[in-house]
Amino acid sequence: MGHCRECECELAVIGAGMAGMAASLFASNRGITVAQVGGAGGILFASGLLDLLAVHPIEERKVWADPWEGIEALRDDIPKHPLSRIPASKIRASLAEYLAFMESAGIPYAGLDEKNVEMITPAGTCKHTYRIPLTMWNAVTALREKGPCLIVDFHGLKEFNASLLAGTLGVHWPLVRSERLWFPGTDGTSRVFSRHMALSLEKSEYLETLAARLKPLLRQGEVLGMPALLGLHGSSSLLARLEELVGAPVFEIPTLPASVPGFRLKEAFERHLPAKGVKVFFQSKVAGVSAEPDGRFRLRLSEEGDQRGPAAVVAQAVVLASGRFFGKGLSSDRSHVWETIFGLPVWQPLHRSRWHRRDLLDPRGHEINQAGIEVDEAFRPLDARRRPAFERLFAAGSILAHQDWTRMKCGSGVAIASAYAAVEAFCEMRT
Amino acid sequence: METQVLIIGGGITGTGLARDLALRGVQCVVVERADINAGASGANHGLLHSGARYVANDPAAARECWEEGSILKRVGAHCIEMTGGLFVAVEGDDERYIADFPSMCGRCGIPVTEVEVKEAREIEPALSDRLIAAYKVEDATIDPFKLSLENIWQAQELGTVLLRNTRVVGFTVEHGRIVSVRTQDARTGQERQIRPLEVVNAAGAWSAQVAALAGVTIDMVYSKGTLLVTLSRVTRHVVNRLRRPSNADILVPGGTVSLLGTTSVKVDSLDEIYPTVEEVDLIVREESAMVPELASTRYVRAYAGVRPLVGSQREGDARSLSRGFALLDHERDGLLNFATITGGKFTTYRLMAEKAADLVCRRLGVSAPCRTRTQPLPSSPVCRWTETGRGPQEWIEKNDPDDALLCECEMVPCSAVDTVVSALEKRGDLVDLVSIGLRSRIGKGPCQGTFCSLKIAGYLYDRGIVKKGEGIKGVREFLRERWRGQHSILWGTQLVQAELQEALHCGVFCQELADLSE
Repeated sequence: MGHCRECECELAVIGAGMAGMAASLFASNRGITVAQVGGAGGILFASGLLDLLAVHPIEERKVWADPWEGIEALRDDIPKHPLSRIPASKIRASLAEYLAFMESAGIPYAGLDEKNVEMITPAGTCKHTYRIPLTMWNAVTALREKGPCLIVDFHGLKEFNASLLAGTLGVHWPLVRSERLWFPGTDGTSRVFSRHMALSLEKSEYLETLAARLKPLLRQGEVLGMPALLGLHGSSSLLARLEELVGAPVFEIPTLPASVPGFRLKEAFERHLPAKGVKVFFQSKVAGVSAEPDGRFRLRLSEEGDQRGPAAVVAQAVVLASGRFFGKGLSSDRSHVWETIFGLPVWQPLHRSRWHRRDLLDPRGHEINQAGIEVDEAFRPLDARRRPAFERLFAAGSILAHQDWTRMKCGSGVAIASAYAAVEAFCEMRT
Repeated sequence: METQVLIIGGGITGTGLARDLALRGVQCVVVERADINAGASGANHGLLHSGARYVANDPAAARECWEEGSILKRVGAHCIEMTGGLFVAVEGDDERYIADFPSMCGRCGIPVTEVEVKEAREIEPALSDRLIAAYKVEDATIDPFKLSLENIWQAQELGTVLLRNTRVVGFTVEHGRIVSVRTQDARTGQERQIRPLEVVNAAGAWSAQVAALAGVTIDMVYSKGTLLVTLSRVTRHVVNRLRRPSNADILVPGGTVSLLGTTSVKVDSLDEIYPTVEEVDLIVREESAMVPELASTRYVRAYAGVRPLVGSQREGDARSLSRGFALLDHERDGLLNFATITGGKFTTYRLMAEKAADLVCRRLGVSAPCRTRTQPLPSSPVCRWTETGRGPQEWIEKNDPDDALLCECEMVPCSAVDTVVSALEKRGDLVDLVSIGLRSRIGKGPCQGTFCSLKIAGYLYDRGIVKKGEGIKGVREFLRERWRGQHSILWGTQLVQAELQEALHCGVFCQELADLSE
């Protein structure tokens, strides 16, 4: 069979969302041997947008054009927020390293200096975010200029509706309109799937047919918006080619999940992390954890798929990036919230009656979203006595307490910067 | 606008009354402040009582339930599932009550059969192993939304006008008669005058507020009841706790789900009616004594309604028909063409409507008799989409791949939404997500509207029914409406769903920030 029943490494990363991927990336870039465990499904829900920080304080709905100013305000107002605890220089460095990797993996990002930009969401609403895939960049320009714009969708693609987008955007942007067409090769098909469509556009005949169908719909001076379908790989060059064929600027908008930008991220990590020497076990999950006599962690794995992975990972250190409830890093019953792998203390509201507010969209947000793992300066989870639970256990990403990423629009920023801080802290201990 | 009868309230009493009067050839306008079954009519178990629950405390209501239940099983069979019911006691329950139960039922004429505990657990394997007694009764379940929609549908076919989102804001009284009723559109604020010959107040818990606008005082007690909905059906039968009526006594199958509750909490105000975490925990704790798996099953929703209980009825008031419901002829308050029908139980709605219609017809000089006792309630194709399990069943039967599912959890196809939307449009009615949701299963599955809300909004844009920001605002309203039923039951798997919902609608779409004002 040839596969090892036990995998030894310096650092085990638990979780395969944005924080776990970033932790593996940063660690492997520093020459650390890494094993990463956890289902990679969650990242499919990513829209591709990279948030840093856009809203704070959430109850005032204050939107920051400059996220760095926002972070400085955060340091005073919420000192326990993960971003408050990482120097701006490190946050910058983490984003630069992450974006450089994305570029090398074929997903270049674009942004405007050190500012947030406004982007179109799949609901036709607008969102402030920090960096967006280059294939979406023209949307930012178009949204700002509000000139003539055509947004198209495709018969049978339920995850993207151009008339909804045009209607909603039309409140502030009268020159936007919508059209629906058949995607090449799917004429008369009632249900089409974004991933298949994206793969077919990697073939030039499909892209050319699409361009031929789009061109007659476009009026003079219009820019073209379309669901994010321009290939799983090499999207930027496909975009350039489509623009050339239709003779207008084109931009992608993410669809409802699971969207092609999510698949792109997943494939980029799945392909390029192993190339950097990371041992990835995305079919496995951690079934139990124990300490070896020498202080190392022993993670017992259980297989979810039928692929045979190792039975255990033995590592000097662990980055816990297992996510929140959706990622199964946290779990709950009627009375409390717990951390699922190490049984770490979870900061949480005292009683379930305080978990959620009675209005879904209450500007103050739901208190349960502040629940999570509290950490020390080195991003090590604290035990009940508020000392590091383990010498070499770190936590990163959405499992961290005192951040409401859905409201603050800081999910990627927290994931990437905290993964960076955790890996850096481990590096210091290692030397 | 002129009409013979103005009915205030579009719950089961108001819709039932509209049908009753329409069948007697009387022309009606129904004004409803929100939508069909917006109050207690839409927030109950959907239990067609055998009456056995009330044999100790309220024998008159028990008999009334038994008689009316028997009528409804004949005339409204398509809204009813003949589940049968069990009354069960567990260790620690009052043995005296258990022993007296069959004779109390007998005195009310309610059939009851004792069942061996072992047999009861064979019939319903989910029952506790701490069972000490069990009786079979003829409980059944009823789809309250379907029933009210069918009633108003037939009334509309016969000429009744329904005005939704319309609240009564004032009465003009001349010489002891209400000559004009001022209403206001809850959305646009637009006012309208309706000139009726007779006015019936069927506003449920809001009856006292409506009557007060006409200068009439009704003494009411507001009792909030909370219920829970499971993800999947737990028992085949209705299961009642065999004890004096108390909190959280009943578990009722509702198609593919089960409903359990209720609580009874006195409230002073009708605003801000919502289930609390404490009530939810109480229901789970109490009912898991009968059915242990209720402690660990997945819940998708909680909801609360307010029972309209007429407080201190005047001594010797002959118009009080029973302790169950009250028909108040406001002639005694100096208003010759005004009556209030309130209190009562869902099971007895038809009788309530009949008595109110009798009064109105007597005053109008209409001699046509009540026909709802014998004439079957028609089954309209537009009212069938409230049924749980309808979606999957038709999906298999029709096997039409071109009929895309707009709500994947509940398998509601585009054609179903088309049917509902076309029916609303035909009557010039408001079409939005909340209205479609009330008339179908959309958003009622595990995801509680996270995905289908946007897909249906897209469909409404495609059809040109909504424009500009209306559709996305409708999504927001719909999600907020669903959330009212979610915030108290979010733990375990349902909390995961809620997190996904917020990640998408707030994290990505910024729905909490979006400014759609023009």
